This record gives sequence, C-alpha cells and structure tokens, in this order.
Amino acid sequence: MAVTVRVPTPLRRLTDGQGEVEVDAKTVREAIEKLEEQYPGFKERLLDENGELRRFVNLYLNDEDIRFLKGADTELKDGDVLSIVPAIAGGR
Amino acid sequence: MAKVKGLRCRECGRDYPVEPIHVCEFCFGPLEVVYDYEEIRKSISREKIESGPKSLWRYADLLPVENPTVGLTAGFTPLKKAEKLGEALGLRNLYIKDDSVNHPTLSFKDRVVSVAISKAKEFGFDTAACASTGNLANSVAAHCAQAGLNCYVFIPANLETQKIFGSLVFNPTVVAVEGTYDDVNRLCSEIANDQGWAFVNINIRPYYAEGSKTLAFEVVEQLGWRAPDAVVAPAASGSLYTKIWKGLKELKEVGLIDSVSTRMYGAQAEGCSPIAQAWKEGRDFIKPVRPNTIAKSIAIGNPADGIYALQTTKESGGDWETATDEEIIEGMKLLAETEGIFTETAGGTTIAVLKKLVQKGAFDPDEIVVAYITGNGYKTLEVLDGHLSEPVRIQATLKDFKEKVLARV
Repeated sequence: MAVTVRVPTPLRRLTDGQGEVEVDAKTVREAIEKLEEQYPGFKERLLDENGELRRFVNLYLNDEDIRFLKGADTELKDGDVLSIVPAIAGGR
Repeated sequence: MAKVKGLRCRECGRDYPVEPIHVCEFCFGPLEVVYDYEEIRKSISREKIESGPKSLWRYADLLPVENPTVGLTAGFTPLKKAEKLGEALGLRNLYIKDDSVNHPTLSFKDRVVSVAISKAKEFGFDTAACASTGNLANSVAAHCAQAGLNCYVFIPANLETQKIFGSLVFNPTVVAVEGTYDDVNRLCSEIANDQGWAFVNINIRPYYAEGSKTLAFEVVEQLGWRAPDAVVAPAASGSLYTKIWKGLKELKEVGLIDSVSTRMYGAQAEGCSPIAQAWKEGRDFIKPVRPNTIAKSIAIGNPADGIYALQTTKESGGDWETATDEEIIEGMKLLAETEGIFTETAGGTTIAVLKKLVQKGAFDPDEIVVAYITGNGYKTLEVLDGHLSEPVRIQATLKDFKEKVLARV
C-alpha cells in the first residue's frame, strides 16, 4: 500500500528536508519499519525501548489519532496519509 | 544572552540553542528555557524589582527576552484580600490574584503573549499565529496589532460569540475550524512545519510558557516577599499551573525568598478533566478525553503539560478537584457577589474547586491561600443566560417604583 507520511520539522534532518515521503506498508508498525529502512533514525525517534509509540509523539491516520484506532496495528490502504505530529503544543 | 543558557529537553536533557523550536529532535520531549541562575543571582534584588516598571517586565531578569518591545503594560494585576469570600468559605487569609483585569485583553494570556510576541520580534518573524479557545486569540491579535505583525488565529468554530468579536476587532485573519481545540491544535502543528510563522503556542512555546511564571513572582512580591501556603489554579494544558510552581522555585533559587512550601491545587471542569482524573486514579500518564463543558477556555482534552502538572502536584503535596457546569456558574456568582469580581467560566471552576477543597479540609483556616482568576466574565456573558435574576421593568412613575421595586423587599 503506497502511503504518504507527513514529516514534522524536527525530523526533516532525516529526510533531507522533505516534508512528505512515500512508504509501502500494510500497517502503521510496518510503515515505521519502512521509514527506518529508507531514512535511518526514524524508528528510535518514534518508538520507545518497548516498541511503543513515544508519549510525546502523535500519529494521525487521515486526521484521526491512531490511539483512537488500533494503535500501531492500524491497517493502511492506498492513498492514506499518515501524519507525525509532536504532542507538545497548545495552551488555549 | 547572559541570563539564558539555551533550551533543554525536559525528557532526555539534550541541549539546544535559543531558536524558534519547541520539541526535542530525538524524543519529541518539550524544550524548556534554561537560565544561568548563578549569573542572575548576582544582579537581581527585591529593591531592583520594586523600582522596576509596574508590569510583568519588572521580572525581566527571569524572562527569556533580551529586549521587550511588545505588551509593555501586561501583568502586575491586583492581589486582593478576599475578606467576604474568605468569610463565606471559612478562610481568614484568602487572596484573589485578579488577572481578569490584565492589560490589554483581560486574561492572563497577556502575560505569555507579551513575552512570545516580543520574542517573535527578536527572532525577526513578520507573522504570528496561534491555536486558541478564545483568550489567547484575543491577546495574540491585540499584541500583533501593537507590534505591526501579520496575524492568524485559529479557533474551534463553536466558540462564544464575544470571544470571536474580541479577536476580530484587531483585524487578524480568524480561522474558525470545524472541530475541537485538540483538532485545531493538531492542524496548527502541521501548518507550523511549513509556514515560517511564529506560532506562539507551538514553535515559540518554550518562551511563551515562561510568561506564566510572573503569576508566581507577583503574588510573592505582593504578599511581602513570601510564598503562599497554598495555590488554587485552573488547568487546561497544565502549563500555567506548572509554571507557577517553576516561578516559586526560581525565586528561591536566585535568593529572593528563603523557602517554598506551597501546595499546588489544580482545578478542572468535570466535563474535561484528564489531569484530575489521572491524579485521582494514581496514574502518571494522561488519557485524552473529548471535552464537554461550558468552561471552553479550559477545554483541552489532550493536555501537553499534563504529566508535568501531575509531577508538580506530587512534589508540592497538592491535590486536584473538578467542578460540574452548574458548580462553575455558582462559582462565578459567588465570586461576583462576595468580591465584586466578574470572572469567566475558568474562574468559576477555580472558585468551585476552592470551595470543595475547603470542604475536604485541604487548608488550615489561617493559611495564606491564593486563588488565581485568569479570565474576565464580560467575554462569555452568554453562559449566564437563564442563571441570573431578571431586571425589574417599570414605567417611569413613582407608583410603579413603589409597587414593583420597593414592594419586593
């Protein structure tokens, strides 16, 4: 499944400055593995030592928080957009 | 910049230079301003502060701005001894820190925004923006007008009308987003990646958040240079609450006070209380919620500083309570009727929670307790619809006056 991943500024050093990259993956977890293959460094930044999504990272699949879906096991389909968004923001 | 060493990740401790960035590249933890307290301690003094400007800039030594240019009148709001409210609740030393009269937009946001927009100017931005539930949008729009910056404010589409007008009057671009504050925030985080704007609560957030410390500095000075025994403050993202604590500790760090044993109490609306719920369940992490409360100004379902707020409560020996919508309205009315202060729903939440905490025995009756009132009731008049008495309508005759007005007593 060809999926677009939106990359936030703090991670663009890994993607030569690109804000969007393509990966081919069936689940969110696999998408992270593919990102790591293409752009080494992604995995350790997104996942903690136990392989869980870091608490300061939010992932949105087509604008829905994957924590409200099936987390890292959420399935992907062609044309999906996966956004990596730092959790730290806001204050009314 | 001698007083500021740089930014540091609150999670992994990595250091970063003073730039418009807000999260760690390695663990996404929040970046915080790190000061050279040794250096600051050498030059700061009570006398120097007392002879400074009558605004939050009297504490410029502990703020991350070199050259304040915007929001020069913000802060230094009244600390009012609340005799009547104290009597009603059974507290002999209750004080209200009244940011409902902060300048220029009548909420504590003028503190953080004056710091943020001054910093944005220093960085050379020509456009500022924010995600907001209203008060922040009002303040950013006003300060951008002062500073001559282009301004975009993003708000949830269902906000109170008065708060929308309160931004529009300054002529920014107001973007009303279909969704909750958390949706607005997520959208803005993505926009901030590419636009090169100063989003005060995103890429300028480390500096912006520091402005809240002045709520602690002022109270300590106004109490005659002593920290209160207990503080009750509302929490949305949890930033203000944690920064009051940081401010208190900094005053000790730089030698302006000898000790801090303040207990930090947090107030949330029951319909949006992810931090209070975590506290009550003994969790050290936050479960995001979907907000459902009239207290829209503190309706953040996924609070960025939630875990730090929990740490603050633990460290200080505090507690959390929540208030229902009905209790919030009662809280607003109680403060108005006893102290003549008209606050918005966030303030109603604080007063309702203060009352609950008193009933739980949280305070000794002689302790110095400070309740933070962060917003103004004139901005959200519509929430009171149906909750107040009606005007007595009469003809312009003495007869009507006697029959309809005097007869009521």
